[in-house]
Amino acid sequence: MKVAKWIDACGADDIEVEDVLRFDHAGRTFAVFRSPDERFYATDGLCTHEQVHLADGLVMDHIIECPKHNGRFNYTTGAATGAPVCINLKTYPTRVDNGRVLIDVGTE
Amino acid sequence: MIDGGIVIVGAGEAGTRAAISLRQRSWTGPITLIGLEDLPPYERPPLSKQALSGAADPVPKAVATAGALAADNITYLPGMTVAGIDRIGHTVTLLPTQQDIRYERLLLATGASARQLTTECYSGVDIHYLRSYADALKLRAKLRQGAQLLIVGGGFIGLEIAASARMVGANVTVVEVTPRILGRGVPQNLATLIRQHHVQQGVHILEGTGVTRFEAAGNRTRAHLSNGDSVDCDVIVAGVGAVPNVALAESAELLTENGIRVDALLRTDDPDIFAAGDCCSFPHVLCGGRRIRLEAWRSAQAQGQHAAASLLGATAEYCVVPSFWSDQYERTLLICGFVTEPHSIIVERNLTDDAHLQFHLAGDGRLLGASAFGRNEVLARDIRIAELLIERGVSPGADRLADPAVKLKSLLRAD
Repeated sequence: MKVAKWIDACGADDIEVEDVLRFDHAGRTFAVFRSPDERFYATDGLCTHEQVHLADGLVMDHIIECPKHNGRFNYTTGAATGAPVCINLKTYPTRVDNGRVLIDVGTE
Repeated sequence: MIDGGIVIVGAGEAGTRAAISLRQRSWTGPITLIGLEDLPPYERPPLSKQALSGAADPVPKAVATAGALAADNITYLPGMTVAGIDRIGHTVTLLPTQQDIRYERLLLATGASARQLTTECYSGVDIHYLRSYADALKLRAKLRQGAQLLIVGGGFIGLEIAASARMVGANVTVVEVTPRILGRGVPQNLATLIRQHHVQQGVHILEGTGVTRFEAAGNRTRAHLSNGDSVDCDVIVAGVGAVPNVALAESAELLTENGIRVDALLRTDDPDIFAAGDCCSFPHVLCGGRRIRLEAWRSAQAQGQHAAASLLGATAEYCVVPSFWSDQYERTLLICGFVTEPHSIIVERNLTDDAHLQFHLAGDGRLLGASAFGRNEVLARDIRIAELLIERGVSPGADRLADPAVKLKSLLRAD
């Protein structure tokens, strides 16, 4: 059964609007996003094409573009939207508590 | 006769991307993708890097797996060449099967081949070239600790192979017959930085130097150089450029001009035949309509996608900002736009971390290009933003570009 496991990732103000931050936790790496409409999102941190850290890429609107081969994902849904990526990105629930961004990394 | 629908000759990055893109654009007719090699379409960038230096034997990385192509109902014909095009009859003839395939429209994505060393002194010498997965396997088998490599040509391929060879402990000498490495398309100051990095890694780089003759020297081959030195080598690799594969187009009497000549839609002088990728030259609006030919993965991808639209009747001109990278050791050379235009001004942005980033401005202040050398994760985002600034014709101002306190992304919003 999947159990929620909320982890404190960063302060809400640590991420600029329309930007991304890398967050490493327990041997895993995540990307945490702040969208232009001031919502927070979290995805796996590595591109599904060649294991490159997405947090070094460019965020434009709701799209994160991989810094190596420019594959694109919609970070709000994880959908792969531009070649060469064809595998979607896993997403994680987020919430903001007292100015901190929490992400539910889940446990099986 | 087989109805091939839209027929694509060449299953590299451009051809395969075009095929996939045609389906995404809702073309429901047949798509036939004809590949020279027996493998499913694969990515070439790793061939000079991980495929040579990685610990594990390399596996080709598919652009699209056989399953993905089948799921898109793309007929993939591997191991085939096209013997000729009948433009009146709208057919191509395949070899070795002698089969005729009818096309509604045709895309030539025939790529480029490694330029061969043809001067007399190279005849009878075992020379490696690197273009295909099979080439990479052959070269990889020779790269080991202590092996002596001679690389002829100080361009991207030569230097990437040099870095990979050093990473496995081989000794490397690079000879470049022109006065400097990376003489084509890379600003001089960046080439100097890259040269320094290679020298620090133990590569011997000899510029303005060629091979005058080879002779047998026990198990090795002795290369005599024009500077009077000689190198006893186990492996000789040539990276002296690529030549566009135009023989098929020429046999069909299509116009060529440093590649298959296409217009800004990527259409040849036959309205039903298009070309994309390394094999074609096209006019680029961002350099005043000058005809250019690109040999870069991202251009191949973007042109394949653009050609798909044009094949289906779209009339947009191809105006993607050229962009490419070259991984050498843990660093990357990144270039976008036009960085060797005459009379352009170079503006450096003051970064730390051994990273060098500079912008190339036209006399009127418009951003023409950007170039960088350092860790990809430090530089890639800024280069990508520069691409967007170039695409939008922005004149960001030299002072703002130079100041690391000014976020480049903010310049996108300023205009």
